[in-house]
Amino acid sequence: MIKSLTLTAALLLSASPALARTIHVTAEGDAYENIQMALIEAEEGDTVHLAAGTYNLMDGLSLDVDEVTVRGDGPDRTVLTFKDQSGAGEGLLITSDGVLVTGLAVEDTKGDGIKAKGVDRFTVDNVRVEWTNGPDPENGAYGLYPVESTNILIQNSEVIACSDAGVYVGQSDNIVVRGNRVSYNVAGIEIENSTNADVYDNLAWQNTGGVLVFDLPNLPKMGGHSTRIFDNVIVNNNTPNFASIGNIVQELPVGTGMIIMANRNVHVFDNFFDGNDSAQVMVISYTRPFEDENYNPLPRDVVVRDNVYGTGGSDPSFPGGKELAAAFGGAIPPILLDGADTYEVGGETRSEPVRIVFDAPGITMGIDRAGQDRMTGTIAPAVSYDGEIPEPSPVVLPANQPGMDDRPTQIAAAD
Amino acid sequence: MLSRFPRLAAVLAGAALLSFAPPGGPIAAVNDAALMAERAPRDFADYGLFLDAAMTQPAGRVVKYDLNSALFSDYADKARYIYVPEGKTISYTEEGVLDIPVGSAIVKHFGFTRADGSIDMIETRLLIHQADGWTALPYVWDANDTKAMLKKAGARVDVEGRNAKGVPLALGWRVPNVNQCKGCHSVDGEMMPIGPKARNLSGDVHGTNDLQILAGAGLLTGMPDDPAHMPNWEDETVPVDRRARAYLDVNCGHCHNPAGPASNSGLFLGWDAETGPQIGIGKGPVAAGRGSGGRMVSIDPGNPDGSILLYRVESTEPGVMMPELARTQRHDEAAALLRAWIADMEM
Repeated sequence: MIKSLTLTAALLLSASPALARTIHVTAEGDAYENIQMALIEAEEGDTVHLAAGTYNLMDGLSLDVDEVTVRGDGPDRTVLTFKDQSGAGEGLLITSDGVLVTGLAVEDTKGDGIKAKGVDRFTVDNVRVEWTNGPDPENGAYGLYPVESTNILIQNSEVIACSDAGVYVGQSDNIVVRGNRVSYNVAGIEIENSTNADVYDNLAWQNTGGVLVFDLPNLPKMGGHSTRIFDNVIVNNNTPNFASIGNIVQELPVGTGMIIMANRNVHVFDNFFDGNDSAQVMVISYTRPFEDENYNPLPRDVVVRDNVYGTGGSDPSFPGGKELAAAFGGAIPPILLDGADTYEVGGETRSEPVRIVFDAPGITMGIDRAGQDRMTGTIAPAVSYDGEIPEPSPVVLPANQPGMDDRPTQIAAAD
Repeated sequence: MLSRFPRLAAVLAGAALLSFAPPGGPIAAVNDAALMAERAPRDFADYGLFLDAAMTQPAGRVVKYDLNSALFSDYADKARYIYVPEGKTISYTEEGVLDIPVGSAIVKHFGFTRADGSIDMIETRLLIHQADGWTALPYVWDANDTKAMLKKAGARVDVEGRNAKGVPLALGWRVPNVNQCKGCHSVDGEMMPIGPKARNLSGDVHGTNDLQILAGAGLLTGMPDDPAHMPNWEDETVPVDRRARAYLDVNCGHCHNPAGPASNSGLFLGWDAETGPQIGIGKGPVAAGRGSGGRMVSIDPGNPDGSILLYRVESTEPGVMMPELARTQRHDEAAALLRAWIADMEM
């Protein structure tokens, strides 16, 4: 008897998508309560439609229902502004699976823009996150911020003026970041402590640094690997660094195209680098002291090939950079390595072949050990590793990834 | 912590005497059907958890308890109760939250004693253990404190409070929405109570500890002779290190633990976290942004003003302050304790 009841319940549940509703929300009245109630009362399969308008929000929004779409009428028409925000660490927090956020803008949050934590199948499509005052250390850290998540798609979106990274994916797996425009952030796009990421067709310009692939110690998920960075345009990333001291990106030299730091199996190809005044591509070790025995501060198995390099490296902002540029005829070659292949942890010295493959001119700062002052190394032309490093397979997102085949469709205001 | 607010306790007791007393006969039973209902009652009174309209006289099997160390909520006074249905009991567990059976409920009143001694009730939060997990529901009191009504979207209420020194505070009190409840009450993404851990109930608050009170009322079984214990952070007879760690546990540890909402930070502030980088010593920030305050590490031993942890505890600025929710005021007494703790830490 109980069995048949359970079966009936299961059938009802499986039928529920057919009953998916659209909950319409407008900016009239209490904008916060309007949106937040819709996000609370939405059920699996529902769409929360935020009609065109400016929503003044005093507090952070949150969504904790699986398989919900939050859809605005376009990032220029549906604008969520958090200028007067007095609580919460982000504009919109998502803690449920299968969520799509599309067609809206999030402006001037006190903390991060849109954060998704511990979720599966999260998609952001055609969204703008912006601090409208431009670069400022008081701006929020991250624009689009999935963390500890799996199956992430961030596409066709724009992030402007984060005090840390515009698109930041941390401690996650199976990631696609494509077709986005990131500008005037400290870091344009950052993939950190993550595995299996494809970053392509993005435009990163006028950040302090364009694209970063990092691995940091003392985090639950470490050992980032298998990232492909391709077909991106990474240009003129010369905005002065406005990050708060203490954050790792505060050390980012102005004028950086891309940095690979302490990560493994990173392939950078078919990109266009131009006008990045410090350096086009840096491959370096993590320099701060650490005690985490499971952490490896060296970049390993890195391939940088078939990129197109315009001008760059002619006005390096890191210590010793200007002398370096002068020594190499006025500009640092496209590839800059620090050369470290050993590190120390728990009183033990560890060493390993770092294997870096590249097909453009490069130099090494010639340090031996991660954390060693880079000014103390012997500068020399760098030599590519003479062997093959297999490229990671393309990232495949699941068939039910939300918004995969869904070009942003605008809902008529009268709907 | 009501015992530490004798005025509030006295007034609550007085209010109970004055309130409408139920007609003779057995004490009215709690409305279990209302607790288990999929659609929560709009009026808090419908649960029957209290005998009086002021919600100070608990019904049968509803027991008042205190915590050794409590979460700071802008200096608000709180009263906590737990209900366990007939025929069921809480099983003692040494680590983590007690094993509270399905059908149980936890009530937390928030309010301030006014200058004239009466109480301004703000909200009552209810956690119910339903068959498919815990549910959190915020009830907001009306201006005259006659009724508490469900506000799933939360609310912002102007509250006249006062701090520990009696200085009046004009508070923009934020009643959390049901999602924000989960912002703290979350273990691996599932809603969970925070306070009722054995170690935080075993204090000598009323001359007897709260575990004994629960056991005596028939609500708790399996209590050992020597239960886990975490001190009251305000108890000056306890070493500063233990007081600071107790404060961090109840105010930060519910998010900052490996299964909590701040797991990604790698900063773990629960009572059981080992000292070292995971409690922030020498640990750089990860996603702090301007919350770093220009400081390099969470805790720089001997240097409170170089410690991000203290910067964020002392801040009242959204996006910087910690905890992110449920606080608009600086907790001066706790900030002083944490400052002393870091200052005394050996480098």
